[in-house]
Amino acid sequence: MKRYFRELSVLGALFVLLVGLTIFAPAFYQPQPLLSLLTREAPALVVACGMACVIITRQIDISVGSVFSVCSVCAGLLAARGWPLPLVLPAAIAVGALLGSINGLLVAGLGLPSIVVTLATMVALRQGLNLIRQGEFVNLPEAVQWFGLSQTAGQLVLVGAALAVLVALSFALRHLAAGRVIYAVGSDAEASRLAGLRPQLATFLVFVFVGALTGLAAMMNLVQSPQIQPLGGAGLELKVIAAVVVGGVAISGGRGNLWGASAGLLLLACISPALTHLRVEAYWEKAIQGTIIILAVAAEGLRGRRGGTRP
Amino acid sequence: MAAPPLLALHRIEKNHGGVRALRGVDFELHAGEVHALLGENGAGKSTLIKVITGAHRPDGGTITFAGQPVADLTPASARALGIACIYQQPALFPDLTVAENIALRLEAPAAARRIDWPARRARASALLARCGARFSPDAEVRALSMPEQQLVEIACALGSGARLVIMDEPTASLTRLEQELLFAVVRDLRLAGVGVVYISHRLEEIFALADRVTVLRDGRTVGTHAIAAIDEPGLIRLMVGREVAQVYPPAESAPGAPVLSLRDVGCTASGVHGVSFTVHSGEIFGLAGLVGAGRTELARVLFGLTPADSGEISLDGQPLALRSPRDAIARGLAYVPEDRRRHGVVLELPIAHNLTMAIHRRLFPGAWLRFGAERALALDYIRDLSVKCAGPEAPGGSLSGGNQQKVALARWLATKPRVLILDEPTQGVDVGAKGEIHRIIRRLAKEGLAVILISSDLPEVIGMSDRIGVMRGGTLHAILPGGSDPHTVMATALGAAA
Repeated sequence: MKRYFRELSVLGALFVLLVGLTIFAPAFYQPQPLLSLLTREAPALVVACGMACVIITRQIDISVGSVFSVCSVCAGLLAARGWPLPLVLPAAIAVGALLGSINGLLVAGLGLPSIVVTLATMVALRQGLNLIRQGEFVNLPEAVQWFGLSQTAGQLVLVGAALAVLVALSFALRHLAAGRVIYAVGSDAEASRLAGLRPQLATFLVFVFVGALTGLAAMMNLVQSPQIQPLGGAGLELKVIAAVVVGGVAISGGRGNLWGASAGLLLLACISPALTHLRVEAYWEKAIQGTIIILAVAAEGLRGRRGGTRP
Repeated sequence: MAAPPLLALHRIEKNHGGVRALRGVDFELHAGEVHALLGENGAGKSTLIKVITGAHRPDGGTITFAGQPVADLTPASARALGIACIYQQPALFPDLTVAENIALRLEAPAAARRIDWPARRARASALLARCGARFSPDAEVRALSMPEQQLVEIACALGSGARLVIMDEPTASLTRLEQELLFAVVRDLRLAGVGVVYISHRLEEIFALADRVTVLRDGRTVGTHAIAAIDEPGLIRLMVGREVAQVYPPAESAPGAPVLSLRDVGCTASGVHGVSFTVHSGEIFGLAGLVGAGRTELARVLFGLTPADSGEISLDGQPLALRSPRDAIARGLAYVPEDRRRHGVVLELPIAHNLTMAIHRRLFPGAWLRFGAERALALDYIRDLSVKCAGPEAPGGSLSGGNQQKVALARWLATKPRVLILDEPTQGVDVGAKGEIHRIIRRLAKEGLAVILISSDLPEVIGMSDRIGVMRGGTLHAILPGGSDPHTVMATALGAAA
């Protein structure tokens, strides 16, 4: 109970919000808008799963937004050329993994701090994309939208896919030895090296992994709209990192899980529609989200102080 | 004595929540006295220090300083009275210079004041000279060794005109020479009329340095004695409350076949060179030497952390190439590192995770975790080594030092090693747990393990080892029989004539 205090408090906050909405704004629960909300958040959920792994390993990846943009544009161009979706999907994932491996090599191989490395790749990829695309949109063939299914069916597929990723990864993190390694490396990289684990390899793979998931997320976004914006992923990194931190993943590594991270994402995502339904001005959204993040970080700080090790 | 004692504590009590940390402690310190404070971990030494420095407000009892009762001592008023504490881990600013660190403690804070750099440096130099430090006041603290940092702390205490100095295990990380230097400083303080409260686990230091000794047990004073009026067994008896018949368990078996052989092993990067010795099955091979003699460096070579670049290492007659800890583990070597809190046990992770960290492959074939098997293994080791804990799910950080060390040891026993390298296994561990760890090491040797025991605790390395390798300057200088005269071992380690 105490061990999962952070996760449970986020779930509690989400629960309170949802119950409040049933009382004060039952319109929030109309199926179609609700499904649309979940569909919009599905790609972010997938990236958040990867980001949680990165942060548990005591690293951070702020380039996911730019990687997302690059993957979207690449996948969009391929789709526009008439590639079938089953081929575009692995291509997008491969591009993401490749970009992730650049981060991974620089961080794990050269031992550079991940915040600097991924800040550099974030800017480099964004500006590179600007230079090459000159702000041009990519128009997608109509068959790509919702996989050629009806909108509702497509939305259900996307939400289902995101949930499947969440369940599979959450299970893997808890039940695979590889998951255990991630927690160990995030808690104490030198201790895990002395125990015969390979912290550098784990760090490298985690960056490749978040890149691949970002590629998948870009695909999940691609099928939702007729056009690909040149910088569609801008701001994604902040949203995802905020969700993960709110969800109880320790920024100092070694602790947290994906259920908490997804609850954090949902909590932040529900604020805007909730405000609309409650007829509060939308300007409040960022302020409320910011407050939630500060509360989460403060809880982390308090936990760190109390849970300190014995002298 | 005619003058009132510098500090007198009478029936001090302190509760932490429901725990009665101090249950009536009496303690007296005179000016110009070195008074040793002794007790097992958890006896209440740390709490008592915090009461004296004003960090804790006692729940009962009276404090008298230089004859004046002190009603409520705060950290600030304790400093004003001239009470200074030198902790085991110096609390300095690593990016500032020595002079700046000293100035931060001693100069009055004033944001807009212009700094008189020459005066600041001169003062720092004078203070450093008084405690025999040989580094520049312009040195960055980051670049100083632990003992040098302690000297900076002592310089601060001297500079603040302290009348009472508390030293909490100041020699835990010092080499013999550095210890002598520190002892000289303590004796100077005594001559200058400063009262020194000296805390150490090392009894020989207490006999060398202290005038009186007070023993705490379970939050009570069990006795204060003039140092001449008590001997080592008597002190140990007071600390543990029972007679410890034999300090070191005797060897029960003769060493067997050779297991690990080193011939002319060296590693340029870490300064180890020309090391040759053979460890046999069932043997405890001690490595003695001063800090910096290359013992830990040699262990790191053997564990593949800094691979050897010359010489030959062989296991059971087969040559070994040890390029990484993974290689070493795969070939049956295990290394319990020196810095237990940082690298031995992952404090955030449960005991069970800590235990299985090095055996993922064997315990979890196919990469799926088997929680049942992990728990069973953890419970086995917890029982086997009598680890005192709430259960396999308790985080490593919740354990006491001795129990953390047992968990670190268990992780490596779980790998079923042939060779076990122990680096300072009882550093900072209380007397009771120390004896337990010694018995475990003996038992492992009896079961056929080849044990390499690195220890700066001279009686320990002499009492535990079948043979003692003495290192100096990165190489092995002599191999002495177990139970050798401590003076011979120390003389060899120092490179002096015996």
